[in-house]
Parts: sequence; structure tokens; C-alpha cells
Amino acid sequence: MEILVILVPLALALGLTGLAAFLWSLRSGQYDDLDGAAWRAIADDEPPPERKADLAQAKR
Amino acid sequence: MQVTRDFSHYVKAAGPGLQHIDLAVEGVHCAGCMAKIERGLSAMPDVTLARVNLTNRRVALEWKEGTLDPISFIDRLAELGYKAYPFETASAEATEVEESRFLLRCLGVAAFATMNVMMLSIPVWSGNVSDMLPEQRDFFHWLSALIALPAAAYAGQPFFRSAWRALSNKTTNMDVPISIGVILALGMSVVETIHHAEHAYFDAAIMLLTFLLVGRFLDQNMRRRTRAVAGNLAALKAETAAKFVRPDEVSQVPVGAIHPGDIVLLRPGERCAVDGTVIEGRSEIDQSLITGETLYVTAEQGTPVYAGSMNVSGTLRVRVSAASEATLLAEITRLLDNALQARSRYMRLADRASRLYAPVVHAAALLTVLGWVFWGASWHDAIVTGVAVLIITCPCALGLAIPTVQTVASGAMFKSGVLLNSGDAIERLAEADHVIFDKTGTLTLPDLEVVNASGIPADIFKLAGQLALSSHHPVAAAVALAAGAKSPILSAVEEAGQGVRATVDGVEIRLGRPSFCGAEHLVMDAELDPEASVVAFSKGAERFVISVRQGLRPDAKAVIAALQARKIGVEILSGDREAAVTAAARALGIVEWRAGVTPADKIARIEELKARGMKVLMVGDGMNDAPSLAAAHVSMSPISAAHLSQATADLVFLGKPLAPVVVAIDFSRKALHLMRQNLWLAIGYNFLAVPIAISGIVTPLIAAAAMSGSSILVMLNALRARNAARRI
Repeated sequence: MEILVILVPLALALGLTGLAAFLWSLRSGQYDDLDGAAWRAIADDEPPPERKADLAQAKR
Repeated sequence: MQVTRDFSHYVKAAGPGLQHIDLAVEGVHCAGCMAKIERGLSAMPDVTLARVNLTNRRVALEWKEGTLDPISFIDRLAELGYKAYPFETASAEATEVEESRFLLRCLGVAAFATMNVMMLSIPVWSGNVSDMLPEQRDFFHWLSALIALPAAAYAGQPFFRSAWRALSNKTTNMDVPISIGVILALGMSVVETIHHAEHAYFDAAIMLLTFLLVGRFLDQNMRRRTRAVAGNLAALKAETAAKFVRPDEVSQVPVGAIHPGDIVLLRPGERCAVDGTVIEGRSEIDQSLITGETLYVTAEQGTPVYAGSMNVSGTLRVRVSAASEATLLAEITRLLDNALQARSRYMRLADRASRLYAPVVHAAALLTVLGWVFWGASWHDAIVTGVAVLIITCPCALGLAIPTVQTVASGAMFKSGVLLNSGDAIERLAEADHVIFDKTGTLTLPDLEVVNASGIPADIFKLAGQLALSSHHPVAAAVALAAGAKSPILSAVEEAGQGVRATVDGVEIRLGRPSFCGAEHLVMDAELDPEASVVAFSKGAERFVISVRQGLRPDAKAVIAALQARKIGVEILSGDREAAVTAAARALGIVEWRAGVTPADKIARIEELKARGMKVLMVGDGMNDAPSLAAAHVSMSPISAAHLSQATADLVFLGKPLAPVVVAIDFSRKALHLMRQNLWLAIGYNFLAVPIAISGIVTPLIAAAAMSGSSILVMLNALRARNAARRI
């Protein structure tokens, strides 16, 4: 039964980590556009920043 | 004269060296549009952020300060095929976003606490029937308390605050029994834990909060989304005006940046965005959106013009007397305020249910305690049973019953092109048994159409269409559209207030007033529709008369029939002339109609029907309809309606057809049916559960299972609101 002293705090710590992650994601605006987020998951990756700069240069 | 557009009004600073603007975009539907817009905009040099929000159809843009003009984004979006307009978040909307985030935070905390308290409760429940030591049980109970108490204190805030507000106003609402139940359950659980009892109710209390927060969040979210999209549409209607920044230079600016005393230019075919007085120029003005009158009014120096009226022929200079907020006739505003006050007395289904529910539950709990004491139980046991009654009757199914149906139904209506302005609009619309239509712009389309195209030779009509492309005049636009003309005649010359002329293959062609084309005799001869406007077309010595009118909405007749089939009374109240109204009423098979009514008359008619016990649905678009929209039991506006009418109406429908009126009625009737069914489910559950709780044999496991079961049942039932509308 001593194992409870380890397992219960561990479970709570995991739960709290989850809660903290949720609050962080809420604060960073990840729930502002749920429809868009659902589609972004299957969209093609955006070009990386340096590539984007090249593209911009090419356009000019 | 150089015309520029100035949207600097909307640009905000976003950190060092960055500027930010929000654009409302029309036509964004899917991931494809999202990627296309984001790529297209980020490819522009100096753009640091371009992000589409698919939920409220907006784009947030940031760029390096001073490098780009917001116009370039709008032009770029137009190249990509999207119409965009700068958007300013209304303060009400910002508050709602904040509120919704707070609810979501509370929900997160409550859900976390529920999961962990349940994790501790299950060993206790199973331990109680096997070999758990009392010390271990106490340890688990204390741990639960440690989690549940702070979590409830945080996550319960929305309910506690609202309950406190209600109590301090000496009324009661749904949140009062919720708060009492939660606080009593938690307090009792602490006492039980101190006394090493077998059961504590932390799990029930915190789970109750979680379920209720789900309902509250859904409710709030539904209203927020609709309001955001409706706000976009208002922005996309592009309420701008051409303001004189110098005596010979105009700039296209948003209405928000215009002040009384400014001078604006009103070109033919433009809708006026401000109230003011004409100081120069001569023209005709179409005030149908304001008064319902389809005949044009002559405007010259000194004529007052109102926001929402359309300038038809000549160019006008207007001195602004009121802009943005204050553009309305004082009488309309006054009538509107009175009407809105009267309506706020309507009580929502949920409030009515909770008004009955709270005293019953409290009485049951109190009687349980007294009953047990009377039959010889200790005060402690009696109170424990009383708390069990409060918990098991927890109104979580009741709290979910209405918002879940509202959310599902509003989503389904949204897909059929109807936007809801308020949650209780569904309940009020479902009760409607009499519909009053405005004529101009509601039964008829806001745009003009050519009536007698078949009477004119096709090649002549095509030529007239091409010539019409050179003019701004709305009648010309209708001719061009009807003729399907694409290529304008380049040499065309427009003569203000007269028409357009050009020379093709050595023959002069003219389109415009009959006198301009020398076709008065034709107009005198032709017996035309009283509502129609007439333009003439001449080619050499040939003369033709083109008759243009506001057509009925394509499915108006079917919709009226569908309403009558549902035993809903239909009538027309219009500010327009009798001849015009008679024609429409006859075409649609409507027996009851009145013409030439003023806003006050409309309200009087609605009051008269109300006194007879009828629930009136008012459908209208003009500014003159706004007070009656507010006075009616429930109201709808087309999206082409005046700004004020849209803001006043409970529902707004998109597109040309009138069908959304019937669809919305069907959906709301089905939704009301499901709401009632859900309430009965919740009440039925209580009827089963309360006797068990009163008998004192209920364990927290049974209470929790029963509670969750009833909540899930109610949610599943609500999903049925998705498919309600029959085809008309």
C-alpha cells in the first residue's frame, strides 16, 4: 500500500501537467478557430521561412 | 478627379515596427481557400503574418510598418477571387470572446478535477464493499477534497456570480439551485470526511459543474459564432462614402471616419451611407429601403437625404448632418426603443422551467430532511439524505436540455442560410402563427429586372445591354444583366440625368429617358405595369421601350403557399403605393394587404394582432420596418436589408430565395419540440431518481451514473435537431 504514496501524487502531477498544457494552449489562441485547425492538419506543409524569403525574392 | 481609398482608420499597431489589420472575407469555405489566401498574402514582400480564421471567416494580417497600404491586401484578395473588407471588432464581440475563454478555462479545470476525483472515488466505492481500511478511505477522501474544493471555487464562478446577482435582485434563476446544491454537497462532504464516513460527494459536485459548464459553453458559443459572421456580412456590405478631403479631391473612406459637417460625393448608382442635405447637383433618389416607396424622389439643393437611399441619376454633393451611429430619423429610433423594451418581457423556456424547478427541488430536499428527523433518524443522517436528494436532482440534464438543441439547430439553420441573432429566437419563431411581410425588398428582390425582354429583338436588346455597361445607373445595370452583355461600347458618352449615347457603325444609339431617345409617344401608348420604370432605347430611327421593375423573389409564391399549408396567416404591410401592393398581393395569392402604411401604423397593426392572441412573425428589410421588426413576437430580415433592420431582426437570411423563412420555421418548430422533449426527459429522470434518493439507499455511484446517463441522453436527443426541414 506504500506504493500509493508514489502513485497518487504521480497521477495528480500528470493530471496537472495536462491542465497546464490546456491552459497554455487556450492562452495561445489554439481554440479560436477550431474549424480551421481541423483542416490545417491535412493541409500541405507551408514552405519553411528561408524558402518563403526566396519565393518573395523571386516574385520581385 | 482622382479617387483614393483610405482604410488607415482600421490599421492598428502590433508590436515594434509592425502593423495589424483584420479583414472580413467573403467566400472562404474550406481548407483550399485557407491555403490559397495564406500563400497568396504571405508571398507579398514585408508581410510577416497572414492567418485565416475559418470559424469567423476573417484574415489577420501583420506587416512591417509603413511598407504597405491595406488597399494592396484587398486588391490581392480580389485577384485571388475573394471579396474582402476591413473589419473592426465591436466591443460586444470582444467581451464575448473573453467570456467564452473564461468558460473554457473553467471547463478545463472542472474536467481535470472530475477525472482525478473519480480516480480516487472508484477505489473507495470498491473498497467499501471489500477490505479497505478506514484510514485509507479517509486519505482518499481528503485528497478528493484537496482537488475538488479549489477546483469548484474556480470553475463554479459563472454560476455563483449569476446566482448572487439574482438573489441580490430578489429573484431566482437556474443558477441558484445549482450553487446551493454544489456548496451544500461540498460542505457536507467535508463534514462527512471529518467524521470518517463511508461516503463523500466531492465527485458528484464537481461532475455536476463539468456537465453544466459544457451546456453553458455551447450556449455561449452558438451566439458568438453567429454574431461574428453577421458582423462580417455587415462589414462586407462596405459602408463607405466618398469624402472631399480637398475641394477637388475625394477619398473613399469608411463611414466610421465621417463626421457631421463633412462633404461627401454621391455618384449615380451609389447608396448613401450618411444623413445630410444636398448642397449641389440634381438627381433622383430611390428611398425604397427607407420608406418602401418604389417611385423615385427628385433631389436638388436643400433636399435632405437619408442613409440607405440610392442615388439614381445625377452626381450630388451632400453636407453630412449625421453619420455612423446617428443616421436615423428620430422617430424610428424612438419607436424602436419602445418596441424593444416591450419585447424583453418574453421569458425563455429555460427560465420558465427553472422557475418551477428550483422551489420544487428545494422543497423536496427540505421535506426529506424533516421527514427523516420526524421518523426518528438523527439530524446528521437526515441532512446526508437531503444532500443526496439535491445532488441527484442536479439540473445538469436540465442545464443541457436547451443549449444543446439550440446549438445543433442553429448550426443546421446556418447551413440553410439563416443566421440567428439570439438563442431564444428559435423558441419565439416556433410559436409564430401569423406572418407579416413587407413588400419592397422582402417579397420583391432588392435589384431591378427587365420585364419585357421578350418583346424586343434579341440583337437590339444585346446592343442596349452593351451600351448600358457604360452607365452607373441601376436601371442600366439591370438592362446589362438581362442582356448578358460583357463588352462595353468604348466610345459611349454619359449625359447626367439623361442617358448614354454612342455611335456604332455610323448609327447613333441612345439609352436613357424616353425624352432623351425621342420615344415619349411609345411610352404613352404602352400600357405598363404601374410599378415599372421605363427606359427607352433608340437606334437610328428605331425606338424601343424597356420596362424595368423589382421582380418578386423567385420562390415567393411557393413560400406563401407553404406557409398557408402550415395554417400560418399571411399578410402584406407596405409603405408603397396601393397599385404596386395590389399587384404583388394578387400575384402571390395573399388576401390581406395594406398599402401606404407608416412605421407607426405597422406597429399598431402588430399590437392589434397581439391583442387577439396571435404571435406575429414580421419579415422586412427597410429602415421603416425596424420598429415593427422589434415590436413583433419574432422577426426576420434578408441580408440585403438596411443595417438597422438587420441588427434588430432575430434572424437574418441569405441569398435570393424566400425559402429560408419556411425552413427556419420548420427547424425552430422541430427544435422547440426537442427542447420540450428534453425537459420532459430531465424531469422524468428526476421523478425516477428522487424517490430513490429520498429513501436514503442511493450511493454516490448510482447518483453519478444516473446523472451522467440523463445528461448524455439529452445531448443525443438534441442531435436530432439537425434534420428537420421538409422541402417546400
